[in-house]
This record gives sequence, structure tokens and C-alpha cells, in this order.
Amino acid sequence: MIPDDLERALARTAPDPDPEAAAAATRRAAERAGASGAADVAYAIEPSPLGDLLVATTQRGLVGIYYEDAGTLETLLDRLAGRLSPRVVEAPARVDPVRRELDEYFAGTRTKFDLPLDWSLTEGFTRRVLKATARIPYGGASTYREMASRAGSERAARAAGNALGANPIPIVVPCHRVLRTGGALGGYGGGVQRKRFLLELEDAKTR
Amino acid sequence: MSAASRTAWPRRSSGVNLPPFQRVLDEHRDDVHRFLMATAGPNEADDAFQETFIAALRAYPRLRPDSNVRGWLLTIAHRKAIDAHRARGRRAVPVAEMDRGGAEDPGLRGAGEQPELWARVRALPEKQRAAVVLRYVADLSHAEAAEVIGCSEAAARRSLHEALTKLRKDETP
Repeated sequence: MIPDDLERALARTAPDPDPEAAAAATRRAAERAGASGAADVAYAIEPSPLGDLLVATTQRGLVGIYYEDAGTLETLLDRLAGRLSPRVVEAPARVDPVRRELDEYFAGTRTKFDLPLDWSLTEGFTRRVLKATARIPYGGASTYREMASRAGSERAARAAGNALGANPIPIVVPCHRVLRTGGALGGYGGGVQRKRFLLELEDAKTR
Repeated sequence: MSAASRTAWPRRSSGVNLPPFQRVLDEHRDDVHRFLMATAGPNEADDAFQETFIAALRAYPRLRPDSNVRGWLLTIAHRKAIDAHRARGRRAVPVAEMDRGGAEDPGLRGAGEQPELWARVRALPEKQRAAVVLRYVADLSHAEAAEVIGCSEAAARRSLHEALTKLRKDETP
């Protein structure tokens, strides 16, 4: 069929895409989805002294914090979608309470996080170790052996170390406060320099 | 990727997972928005976009990973545009009058040359309007358009033909 004037006019004058308006409409819709609970996972990128953090929350609470070098945003979001739900949206307002407490923590004005936690990304022994870790107070320290013992297997210090390395909610679940017996720093999922930074931050404020 | 973050994720069966919804939307939001601008008009496009987003998000986990995602989103957008159109009809505001805002309608920039033509497109009956917009804005084939509208390919073809005939008849020289 040969296009006539009308068809040419329709093809030529069709409204152009408006990427800015589309992006703004998407942001509004994502925030609404986050607020109404239609989204199962809301996330935001939050800057911090330790680099950008990917912060993810569910209806239950804070479910994950990832350092910027833990993987590309794409792979991290893929995993959240696979493990939790594909209903994942970027909704910074939903993540605001976490951001506020993290800001206060890094400013040294908060010594205890008051956030509901969602433990869905952990299970079994790992979850028990992390829950014990969550009770170590600000400025305090414990050992891998002690955490293993609190999780029910005194001799599983190495396994406790692995569990802490797999902590999906670092900083808030303070795995940086777990040291080697004898006081050596030990490892850290986000790198030992970040562990040192967090310990020094807390040390300076409790002195 | 550090060793620690690899172990942070207990392995799952290797079934194909849906990508995070945000990525799907980021990929197709321009197309969906543009489609709604053309079919629902600048005054209704944003609301229809919000409704489309929420409906798609709710249905998303049931989508088969090998589906045509763009077609799926346009199908939802098409239904939301119809809802918006009917709601507007109930408010009894003449379509053409609302859309002839011209300069103060930022949404009509793209159709700057022929805002009246597109206002007349929006005044067409549902199926005809969809056929025109899916063809000339979304650039779909008759078969793809039929799937979005939910009719046979022949019916989609007919709707487009009827639409063009009507637009020609109304044309002022």
C-alpha cells in the first residue's frame, strides 16, 4: 500500500518521545509503588564516607546494604529480584529512614540503629551468628569464637567467620565489631580498610 | 565482586529469573509514555502512566521470562488509556476542545505541526484510535497491534482502514 498524504502526516507528526517527562513519571510511580506496598523491594543509592551504598528494604524492614564494589548495580539487583521478588523498584523516599540513621551514625551522633530488619537473605547458622552480632554494642568488640558459641556451636569459629563475611546488612548488623581472639582485625566482607574505618569511628566517639 | 558478597547469596535453582521490574520499566518507559501521550493526550498521559506502572508491577511476577515485554506493557497501557478516555467522557469535556490548548500544552510539542490531526485521532472510537497510534507511534505491525488491542489481525487492519477513511473524510482542505 502506498502511503498517502494523511499517512505520511501521521508518521511524521507523531508525538516525539519525551525522555525527561517519562523519567519523571517513572520516578513518581516508583515512589508511589514503594509507599503503597505494591513493590516488594525498594532500593536507593546512598552516598556515605565508605562510598556509595546500595540500600534495599522490604515491607518487613532493611534487607540489604551493599558496598559499591560488591558487584555492579545490575548484578546486585538481579540477585535481589531472584532471591526476594522481581517487584523491585527504585524508591528513595521509602529508604529515607535508613539513610537518615546511616547519616547520623557516620556523623557520630547515633550509637544504636532503630530499624526493623528483614533477615530473609540469611538462614540457619548464618542467621544465628548475625543475630548475635547485632547485639554487640557500639564501640564494643567480640570474637569469632564467641559468636560461634552464641550461635550454638562453640568450635565453629571459622564457620562464624564465613557467616559474618556473608552479612547482607553490614554496618547496621555490626560484623565489623567481631575480631580475632587476641585482638587482630580479621577479615571483612567490604575490605579490611572499611572495618578499620568503622572501628576507629566508634572508638573516637566512645573515648 | 568480592568473595564475601558471592557467599552472601545462597544459590538457587538455575531457573530463569525475571529481571528487576525497575530495569524493565527503564528500558520501555519512553515508549509507554509516548504511546500514552498520543492516545490519551497530554492531560491524561501522566495518570494513565501511573496506572499502567502499578498494574504492570502487580502482574509482573506472573509474566513468562520469554514474553514480549514491550507488547505486554503497551497492552496494559492501551487498557489504561481506554479507562482514562471513558472517565473523561463521563466528565463530558469535549475532547477536541481540551486538546486544542496548543501553546500551553507542553505535551504537544512533538505534534507541533499537526496538533489538530492528533486531537482528531484521539476523538476516534477506541479500536480505531488504538490502531492508528500503535501503527504510527509505536510502529507495530498489524499482528502486533492486534495482540495489544486483543482482536484478530484482520480486525486490526480493518480498524486502521476505517480510522484513515474517517480522518480523510473529516479533513478540511
